[in-house]
Amino acid sequence: MPKKVENVGCPYCGVCCDDLVVTVSDDGKKILEVENACAIGNQIFHHATGGERVKLPRLRQPDGTYKDISYDEAVDYAAKVLHNAKKPLIYGFGSTNCEGMAAAAKVAERAGAVLDNCASICHGSSFLAIFDNGYPSCTLGETKNRADVIVYWGANPAHAHPRHMSRYSIFPRGFFTGKGQKSRKIIVIDPRHTDTAQVADIYLQVKQGHDYELFDAFRAVVRGHEIPEEVAGIRREQILEVAAIMKKARFGTIFYGMGLCHSDGRNHNVDIAISLTRDLNDYTKWTIMAMRGHYNITGPGAVWSWQYGFPYCLDLTKKDIAHMNPGETSSVDLAMRDEVDAFFNVGTDAGAHFPIEAVKHLRKHPWITVDPNICMASEISDLHIPVGIVGVEVPGIVYRMDNVPIQYRKVIDPPEGVISDEELFERIHRRLCELEAEEAAKGQAKATPEGVRAEE
Amino acid sequence: MGELLIRNGFVFDPLQGIKGDRMDIGVKDGKIVETSALNSPKTIDAAGMAVMAGGVDIHSHVVGPKVNVGRLFRPEDKLFKSPHKSPTCSRMEMGFSVPSTFKTGYDYARMGYVFVNEAAMPPLHSPHVHEEIRDTPIIDNAAMPVFGNNWFTLEYLKNNEIENNAAYTAWLLRATHGFGIKVVNPGGSEAWGWGLNCEHIHDPVPYFDIAPAEIVKGLIETNEFLGLPHSVHLHCNNLGNPGNYTDTLESLKLAEGYAPKNDFGREQVLHITHLQFHAYGGDSWGNFESRAKDVMDYVNAHDNITVDMGQVTLDETTTMTADGPFEHHLRALNNLKWANVDVELETAAGVVPYIYSPKIKVCTIQWAVGLEIALLSKDPMRTFVTTDHPNAGPFTRYPQVITWLMSRAARDATMKTFKWLERTIDATSIDGIDRELTLYEIAQMTRAGPAKALGVGNTYGGLAPGMDADIAVYALNPEDMPSDPTMIEKAFSRCAWLVKDGIVTVRDGEVVEEPAKRTVWVDVKVPENAQVQRDIYEHFLRHYSVKLDNYSLFEEHLHNPRVIEVDTTQ
Repeated sequence: MPKKVENVGCPYCGVCCDDLVVTVSDDGKKILEVENACAIGNQIFHHATGGERVKLPRLRQPDGTYKDISYDEAVDYAAKVLHNAKKPLIYGFGSTNCEGMAAAAKVAERAGAVLDNCASICHGSSFLAIFDNGYPSCTLGETKNRADVIVYWGANPAHAHPRHMSRYSIFPRGFFTGKGQKSRKIIVIDPRHTDTAQVADIYLQVKQGHDYELFDAFRAVVRGHEIPEEVAGIRREQILEVAAIMKKARFGTIFYGMGLCHSDGRNHNVDIAISLTRDLNDYTKWTIMAMRGHYNITGPGAVWSWQYGFPYCLDLTKKDIAHMNPGETSSVDLAMRDEVDAFFNVGTDAGAHFPIEAVKHLRKHPWITVDPNICMASEISDLHIPVGIVGVEVPGIVYRMDNVPIQYRKVIDPPEGVISDEELFERIHRRLCELEAEEAAKGQAKATPEGVRAEE
Repeated sequence: MGELLIRNGFVFDPLQGIKGDRMDIGVKDGKIVETSALNSPKTIDAAGMAVMAGGVDIHSHVVGPKVNVGRLFRPEDKLFKSPHKSPTCSRMEMGFSVPSTFKTGYDYARMGYVFVNEAAMPPLHSPHVHEEIRDTPIIDNAAMPVFGNNWFTLEYLKNNEIENNAAYTAWLLRATHGFGIKVVNPGGSEAWGWGLNCEHIHDPVPYFDIAPAEIVKGLIETNEFLGLPHSVHLHCNNLGNPGNYTDTLESLKLAEGYAPKNDFGREQVLHITHLQFHAYGGDSWGNFESRAKDVMDYVNAHDNITVDMGQVTLDETTTMTADGPFEHHLRALNNLKWANVDVELETAAGVVPYIYSPKIKVCTIQWAVGLEIALLSKDPMRTFVTTDHPNAGPFTRYPQVITWLMSRAARDATMKTFKWLERTIDATSIDGIDRELTLYEIAQMTRAGPAKALGVGNTYGGLAPGMDADIAVYALNPEDMPSDPTMIEKAFSRCAWLVKDGIVTVRDGEVVEEPAKRTVWVDVKVPENAQVQRDIYEHFLRHYSVKLDNYSLFEEHLHNPRVIEVDTTQ
């Protein structure tokens, strides 16, 4: 009899649906059916057992081909790369669990690495705004139960977060929102008439790159000031109408996406979105939330904040104090300046996401990819270490886009011999400690000369 | 595990009434034993030093989502404020007012503390809380889930269904692996869901149509019905506002007529936390004044109440509380950045940085109010040292707080830095108080008292044989106390020795070992309750955004548990 596993969390996007039902074959080796997931989530589960998987670490050979090696050899290689590098960069983590992130941080601290996550090229600008202006937010269940006005600004959940609208924002019937969509006003603000805009009650086609001005206009109106006849391509009457709806809302949530944090203005757009939310709270209740992309990209921001106090761009190279300065310690900037001499790509695909110049610089040095799948990064690596797929083969805690921790389950065993991110990094850490001990036993190999102090 | 003999120290153990006698303390297999039970112990020479049980913190925000928001959104709290890694510790230590988990564990250990009760756990976020507990070294942690704005609780108490509320409470304690009943701004944080508040204890909660007073009374009844180790732990309504002492007195009076029922030696039915924030007179910031005396007169006369200070330490810090409307109010006062996290069906939270400056009159009055609370206390076993970390100041200032309490000269030295000294003196009674607390009273306020109030006095907070071998030795000679009060602060900042579970953990103020820490939680057995089971099922089906089966903490995310069992079915 095939077995049904219920309440399964989905390792795709920041919506973190945890209501999937997965049917596993009799022998526990094949995923037969996935219920409740969107098309993309569905695919992730089927992919796990549907095709060929990499089951052993693969090391690049002088002739350019990959050769299978053991996990012990891979751990040794990775530890030696870290041990010998002056400034290694460990980056990624959008798609793994928090246990793996904590273990990787331990390695980074020991090795004196820069530790960064995908927020660096995504919602990092949101962090900059949050550092300056705070973050009046809520959990997604609050939006579902209370919100009568929803704003999607520069976000297209219809495609990027397929079940966001049905689970939390537009369609669900919550405690104080028993009429579902009928009890809500939906406002979509985007330069493109997206599929999300199709379901909006009001759609504002903001002029591309002019979001800041439109926010400014809303703030002015909310505070009772005059505005010009047209702002950012939107007519005054429409701005007044939407501002009035916002001000009269019982509870509102602004969901914003990369349309804000990666168009002109970046963190300033997010900053003024937060300011508008603050302003509106003088009249009624408003909240704001970043549409975080991957299912656990919120995770490293949480884990590393409690471990070091910084969510991303952590420079741990001094080994005794952490330092964060995006622009200086952010992955792409470091790579563009050719400042790192070893690169770990973990649970993401920097090969696909980084600018080609950055990839070219990184490629000059040892590049290790830790990921269950074949991706662009794995194909240009020196070493590819496969790991189990979190949420399918490895359980663990992930953080939803609203910072709520969701406990993910394991549906099937990973392919025989394949280990988790956490175990991999724990083993690298142990090996690194051994290497350090060996070197210490040898004596002054890395010792720096002592300066001669002038007489005091 | 080995044997230890701590020799010749001046022992202060209020749980046994030992007041600085010169004694030896024996340790075997992680427990305190009679010295006669030792064969060949290692010896710690504590001659000329004060020996106390490991410290117990009854109220501190150290792990969980709002603490982590405080860390995340304040990079400036790390810049130039973090120490370099200690060569004897395994991890880096970052942050000042909201330290990293590692720094939290190390710093508490250096001060001789072994048990810290996380003051507010949003139940939905319990896996997060337990992840941070895992990463907080050395100290044992418990965490109190918040109940005062929980929809189940509001519904049950509105209908006066104590038994159902008790069954739900037992379920939630198990689901979150929590410790006791925390109540924050009862009703007010639910009202905040609509941008509103309940400032007074008779203001109705929107929709739920119950008043804060009924919530508090109902939860006291629930707590005593279950016989939990700790009492209801209340953050009163109307925190931080001029004139709020009348609301506080009304809240205190809610405990009248209730007697403790438990098997854990707890004698109070209500713990009022960070009383300093609730003891204000006046009706504006202009005529803001202390009403600590009015409040403490009441506390002194009523044995079924305990309190902690919430002492302002005059630092730049980060305020964080499940009192969502208060943080919104605070950001309007100082116009700094503001984070808010409303949690579905359960609670809310806010975070705002705050600078308590000796140049600001209100801040220096707050400083005096906190000290008055401790100095006017007639029973140090019911009055505890806290800073409501990090709200009134970071916990790393406890040694400074203890020094203010033990030394009039230390208070005077601090007061000299006040810009509005005259007005502070006029608005408070601090200048008229000469009392200097003794080491015995400090031991009452920092270990024996809190341990007893938490209902863990048989394990923590004392030095009787059979208790955990958690022992702090401070380089202070009670027969020859230093004339310079800064030496007291120094001694309490870095203990000479800390033994945790029988393992020498701190030596000369440095962490030398990181023994396994524990998660302390309370498991209550209650009879099956079909209605509550159905209510839980319904709310999760319709209103929560996570599935019921994913809500309760998975066993694998609970780290090194120590369970306290309560059986109400007997």
